[in-house]
Amino acid sequence: MEKATSLVQIKGIRDGLLAAFTAAAWDDLCFALLAQIDERPSFFQGARLAIDVGSQILKVNHLVDLRDRLSERNVSLWAVIGESPTTEHTAQLLGLATRISKPRPEETQRADAAEDTALYINKTLRSGKRVEFPGHVVVMGDVNAGAEIVADGSVIVWGRVRGMIHAGAKGDRTATICALDLSATQLRIATEVSALLKPQKSPKPEIASINPEGHLQSEIWHTG
Amino acid sequence: MTAQVITVTSGKGGVGKTTAVANLATALATDGRKVVCIDGDIGLRNLDVIMGLENRIVYDLVDVIEGRCKLKQAMIRDKHYPDMYLIPAAQTRDKNAVSPSDMIRICNDLRPDADFIIIDSPAGIERGFRNAIAAADRVLVVTNPEVSAVRDADRVVGILEAEEKGTPSLILNRLNAALVKNNDMLSADDVLDLLGIHLIGIVPEDESVIIGSNRGAPVVTDAKSRAGQAFRNIAKRIQGQDVPFLNLEPQNRLWGAIQKLTGRK
Repeated sequence: MEKATSLVQIKGIRDGLLAAFTAAAWDDLCFALLAQIDERPSFFQGARLAIDVGSQILKVNHLVDLRDRLSERNVSLWAVIGESPTTEHTAQLLGLATRISKPRPEETQRADAAEDTALYINKTLRSGKRVEFPGHVVVMGDVNAGAEIVADGSVIVWGRVRGMIHAGAKGDRTATICALDLSATQLRIATEVSALLKPQKSPKPEIASINPEGHLQSEIWHTG
Repeated sequence: MTAQVITVTSGKGGVGKTTAVANLATALATDGRKVVCIDGDIGLRNLDVIMGLENRIVYDLVDVIEGRCKLKQAMIRDKHYPDMYLIPAAQTRDKNAVSPSDMIRICNDLRPDADFIIIDSPAGIERGFRNAIAAADRVLVVTNPEVSAVRDADRVVGILEAEEKGTPSLILNRLNAALVKNNDMLSADDVLDLLGIHLIGIVPEDESVIIGSNRGAPVVTDAKSRAGQAFRNIAKRIQGQDVPFLNLEPQNRLWGAIQKLTGRK
């Protein structure tokens, strides 16, 4: 008991409970957390739990296992906060939040790097997938209907776009969106919104930007 | 003998998951395989009706999990195939009565005595779906040639990939070749282009599927039905055989007219 509480600190936050993990072995941490829950099952019944894993690097099987064991105890894991990009990526894959309502201080540092960093995604984004990035986003693959990309910079898709793309999300009106086939359900650049919806018979690469009149428009890509 | 666990899922409801489970299980049993079906749709059970076994249910999946009966007691033997069993869902409980690890445990207990365990997933992507895929070695995604069904299938494929369940195979159900020909329905190519996963079978729209489901006699037992043939072919492909796809071109008018005449008189 003594050991369990010192490994994992559980406290109440606005969105439910937050368990802060110390830097111990993952299995021990899970064990300690579950032990605490088993000790007071009525308190944890139906709780929404976020975990702060610090610098732990977690793979999908780690989190799936913990989530399942929590769900057996009727505790729903909804957020995983961590410093490692791998952990953050894993959490996103599983549809878990990676931030809780209180913004973390790192966010501001990230914004500075926005100008010259890009997120490279080497697969098709399927329905339900949401990618948010404080820089540019490059996708090698399609963006299917129901997927969303929100980038502070520009978005380039080497494939078809059927989902929603928001470039310049923090207000950059010079951001652009380009794709091999741009028949998105909706495009947004900064505050401009455009529902293009014109499936083409023979799609050509297009680039969407805000024109001098201030409207979002897309045009066929011309080289040179 | 160690069984392969196959989960049939779709995201959207009403696309034919349960029908596919009943038909594939029956086709596998016809081929001499030992099959156990598990209805994962706790609270909204249907598989027992489609298999014609609803009046034989004594114990269900939740009874096994909560220790009120042994696993063998909840396995209902099929009327026609002695090597086919159904573990029905509980109708008076909800999805929270089962956890993913319960499903893994039950499947592991069944594995030594079966060739195939087929799990019927509920619609949606919540708890019931998570339970259904937890133990899967292989996932079959059922969809219809409709934009909404395909989008939900896409979401499910994304979740399966994220959960490292591997890329699922696709069953395209209720394809109407005449509508496709008139460009009034998504074609198989359109759907495959969008989902980018392996196609394991196309099942044509066929009234005999509904008739079979209502009678509790899956359509695969009807030798004349094209949908039945499609399901028999999928079962063969599940067993690793290379079976060519059915020709689903609409039959020409003359042939149709002859059939109509001979059918009527």
